[in-house]
Amino acid sequence: MQYSKKVIEHFTRPHNQGIIKNPSGVGMVGNPVCGDLMKIYIKVDKNNQGEEYIKNIKFETLGCASAIATSSMITELAKGKTLDEALKITRNDVADALEGLPPIKMHCSNLADDGLHQAIKDYQNKNKKKK
Amino acid sequence: MKKIYLDYAATTPVDKAVLKEMLPYFSEKFGNAMSVHSFGQDALQAMDTARTRVAKYFHAAPGEIIFTSGATESNNLAVKGVLKSYHSKHKVKPHIITTAFEHHCILDACKAAEKEGLAEVTFIKPDKEGIVSEKEIAKAIRKNTIFISVMYVNNEIGTVQPIAKIGKIVKAKNSERRAGFDFPIVFHTDATQAINYFDCDVDKLGVDLLSMSAHKIYGPKGAGMLYVRKGTRIRRIQDGGDQEYKLRAGTHNVPGIVGLGKAIEILHKNKGNDAQKIKILRNHLISRVLKEVSGSRLNGSRIKRSPNNANFSFQDVEGEGLLLSLDMEGVACSTGSACSSGALSPSHVLLSIGLKPEQAHGSLRVTLGKFTTKKDIDQAVNKIKNVVERLRKISGNILNDYYSAK
Repeated sequence: MQYSKKVIEHFTRPHNQGIIKNPSGVGMVGNPVCGDLMKIYIKVDKNNQGEEYIKNIKFETLGCASAIATSSMITELAKGKTLDEALKITRNDVADALEGLPPIKMHCSNLADDGLHQAIKDYQNKNKKKK
Repeated sequence: MKKIYLDYAATTPVDKAVLKEMLPYFSEKFGNAMSVHSFGQDALQAMDTARTRVAKYFHAAPGEIIFTSGATESNNLAVKGVLKSYHSKHKVKPHIITTAFEHHCILDACKAAEKEGLAEVTFIKPDKEGIVSEKEIAKAIRKNTIFISVMYVNNEIGTVQPIAKIGKIVKAKNSERRAGFDFPIVFHTDATQAINYFDCDVDKLGVDLLSMSAHKIYGPKGAGMLYVRKGTRIRRIQDGGDQEYKLRAGTHNVPGIVGLGKAIEILHKNKGNDAQKIKILRNHLISRVLKEVSGSRLNGSRIKRSPNNANFSFQDVEGEGLLLSLDMEGVACSTGSACSSGALSPSHVLLSIGLKPEQAHGSLRVTLGKFTTKKDIDQAVNKIKNVVERLRKISGNILNDYYSAK
């Protein structure tokens, strides 16, 4: 499999790997049949403008090199962004930031955007209930 | 960094002595073995030598050796050639028996025959140890069964199948059959992974057809063989010249065939010694991994397996990442994970012996060869340990979380 340098970099030294205790939201995507499982943890806070943003983000991933690299990359892309901005991040953004993914991996191992969006929705749902 | 090659079941390096014997047949003695002139005759003579060597190894007659481009072609010729012969004279839809964990070239050829309405096919499942039961095969035989194909040694988990026992069953069935259905059952084995380590006497095995590839036995890629017992009902599937007793049209790959012959000759001399040495190293590998890497398991029978094969699954690890990380550390292996091959589901072999998808995705095949040393194995195990540990940090507890959320 031909991976870009960037993918190899994020695969060998993933950023923001681990868990957040008492996270604001969690998203889990993938399934063991395909071989990729991804869990995204976020901590949400308010910035100076009073907007909600992703203060911290971590991931755990069981999967191939591109699954790990896309997880790592989405945490980089999402960290510090407002929730509205983060919800706009697509799988193409992730692939582009990684200098491309092999075509076969675009579909099966590029789930990180789903994971992130789920984590944000998880947070928003929890908050609705509180209100 | 010295690279460590532990993927001998994928392919082997060409033995120096094999290469030396092949080289003249590219530019100097380049003749077409079908030509009448001296150039052609030189090529033909070299091929005859190779044919005799190969025949001797399998206890066959030279006229029963059909050179091909490799085991995939041999297997295709076996399945399709027998069906073609059958359909040339018979109307009843025939029945084929094979196993669920054959190489894709057999599986797909059988599935294609099924889809095209040329045959009914029964796929026999192996047990948890990766062994197909000869009793299951016997039970599956019907009145219209004309072809049985069972691999000798599985290419992923290295387990050894009871070929000789099945051979006896087929022989008995065929002697009963004479009176009724007049097409005898043709018994084929894909012996690609067995040639290096197991007895391949075709009479002891009781096979009518046997496939192999040169590149698995320190010979060149692009050369292989189908043994065809005299009298076997089979037709060619590729039209063209009269090569290979009219069973395989196409100009001979003379250097490749010469290489195959030499590789077989070397194997004939050293077989027992290499196998013993490799088995000791392989056992060392298995005991170290199972002892030192927690959450690891060996896939397939520990006893009934090829001396050069170990196949592990590691909990909470995915095979492609494992393979890639090991490669960066200079260790070359293989995996049953879908992600490494571009397929969507993991190894059909590992699933057929009852592994869960995540266990199949987390598999690592380590196959040794005659150039493997103890140092190679020890270094590889150390690296496997480190890489598994690193990847487990990344996956954390996610698999448990997944199942408890379900």
